[in-house]
Amino acid sequence: MDRDVVETVSLRWLRRLVIAVFLLITVFPFYYMLVLSVRPIERLLLDPGALVVGFGELTVATYAEVLKATDDGGQGFLTFIRNSGLVAVAATVLTLLVAIPGAYAVARLRFFGRRQVDFLFLAVYLFPSIVIAIPLFVVFTRAGLRGSLFGLVLVYISQTLPVSVYMLKNYFETIPVSLEESAAIDGAGRLGIIRRVSLPLAMPSIMAVALYDFMIAWNEFLFALLFLVDKPNRWTVSLGLSLLADGVEVPKTVLMAGSVVLTLPIVILFFASERLLTEGLTSGAEKG
Amino acid sequence: MTTTAPDTGRSPTGERPAPPKRRPLTLRRRESRAGLALVAPTLLVTIAVIGIPIVWTVVLAFQRVRLATLRKTGLFGEFTMDNIDRVLHTPGFAETLWVTLLYSIGGTVGSIVLGLVAALVVRRPFRGRTLVRASMLLPYVAPVVAVTFVWQVMLDPQLGIVNAWGQRLLGWDAPVPFLSQESTALATVIVFEAWRYFPFAFLFLLARLQAVPGELEEAARVDGATPTQRFRHILLPQLLPVIALLGVLRFIMTFNKFDDVYLLTGGAAGTEVVSVRVYEFLTARTDIGAAAAQAVVLAVVLIVFVLIYLRFFGRRVS
Repeated sequence: MDRDVVETVSLRWLRRLVIAVFLLITVFPFYYMLVLSVRPIERLLLDPGALVVGFGELTVATYAEVLKATDDGGQGFLTFIRNSGLVAVAATVLTLLVAIPGAYAVARLRFFGRRQVDFLFLAVYLFPSIVIAIPLFVVFTRAGLRGSLFGLVLVYISQTLPVSVYMLKNYFETIPVSLEESAAIDGAGRLGIIRRVSLPLAMPSIMAVALYDFMIAWNEFLFALLFLVDKPNRWTVSLGLSLLADGVEVPKTVLMAGSVVLTLPIVILFFASERLLTEGLTSGAEKG
Repeated sequence: MTTTAPDTGRSPTGERPAPPKRRPLTLRRRESRAGLALVAPTLLVTIAVIGIPIVWTVVLAFQRVRLATLRKTGLFGEFTMDNIDRVLHTPGFAETLWVTLLYSIGGTVGSIVLGLVAALVVRRPFRGRTLVRASMLLPYVAPVVAVTFVWQVMLDPQLGIVNAWGQRLLGWDAPVPFLSQESTALATVIVFEAWRYFPFAFLFLLARLQAVPGELEEAARVDGATPTQRFRHILLPQLLPVIALLGVLRFIMTFNKFDDVYLLTGGAAGTEVVSVRVYEFLTARTDIGAAAAQAVVLAVVLIVFVLIYLRFFGRRVS
């Protein structure tokens, strides 16, 4: 046998094996989260190695405890879900409102300072969010914005804006200029062109950016921790869950139920739009 | 829109005296104005929420500010080198920096290697490929609080599945407290980092791999190159620019990372990275000046590393 055949055959098997290992390490933690969230804590202590839920031990009491309002002896996650949803949707919509015109301008219009805009994005990338967090912490404390969801939305917009503008800009650049020129000849003004020609064509990219923004805002933890920690009724799901773990005597199974509540919306959203998102995120990556 | 007409906006004004009534704007100037108007909101938000805070952090780093005295301090109070001095001489500073560096390099290299292997194995179509590809992105899109908790529970000495199976199948004598003993905590955190961020490298590398023209590999195959040789001499050179870029991006992001370490270990057991330390200064000690100084030191160190990196790999990145 020559080397080529040996390599080809062994790599074929190796490849299958590696795919299986990757599937295991990426999916297993989520499966484990789900399994634990429906097992009673006593059963878990008896047999921590079990991978399936016995039919008799299945319970949803963990979810009831997580979701019920604090007045009813639960952890009040329904309120957190509402807060997180509100913040994430507001941040997404506002980011798009700001990013779309900005990206269009950078992609299409010549104006003073157009090239320098890239520096801003680099700065945002380069500077740790903890550096930005300190003065924001100070300002928000002074302005009384600490503990307000609006302040949080503002921070999330700034965090997602650079990547959003970058992704949209790349997409706008792929739309043929001639389409816009013919609209201009037909008498459309600048805003008319953007609204009637560019926006509809960029819809896939806009959807991808919207999903990205929503995920970032829903998952975010540091700023929520810094700004909202004193106001339990304003907590986001991420924050509520992390503080639940600090609390006394909360069983791990309840924590896992909370984790499922936090993860599920994102995973559903992600699988519903996976193709859109991966293509949107890496378009322009080929340039390297 | 790009017009090819030469810039006629300015030359006429120099020749004749300014006309009494306003001339209509040229197309070029109107374009410029529209551009500025459209980009203004983006600039405003970025400058207000990112730009000013960065400058302000630097200012705070040289002031004596505590949360309690916050209302009394002005923006331009008296300046002092105390904070920087204190930060540099507080015990554990050098160790924190070292830990951050190990963590960043380990996390960066780990995530890129995993991402490269993942991209290579799902490169060619097979049944269920879309699903496999989507699953591989899960660690990256899932909320950080949830995934750190799952890892904590999985690695828990009493009820974690890793220790249960390790004792049962691998014959471990005693449960290993992965996240709370010095000898394993940092390594565990680095493995977590590689696990969570390999999808990022995977996405970029896969996109690049799919842009490699098929003829290149085909030609090498005809010339008798084996699969590993084709990887070494055809694919790898094509991927190097992306790998270099990923290296710098991941390094920066890992160096700045707060959530992962804070949630996994809280900075205990020899895993205190710089951003966790800044957070401690800010909240536990409410010493804003010291927190800002620490953050500035963090940013400066980061910039130095990035410059060194660009000096070595600059040509590939650009």
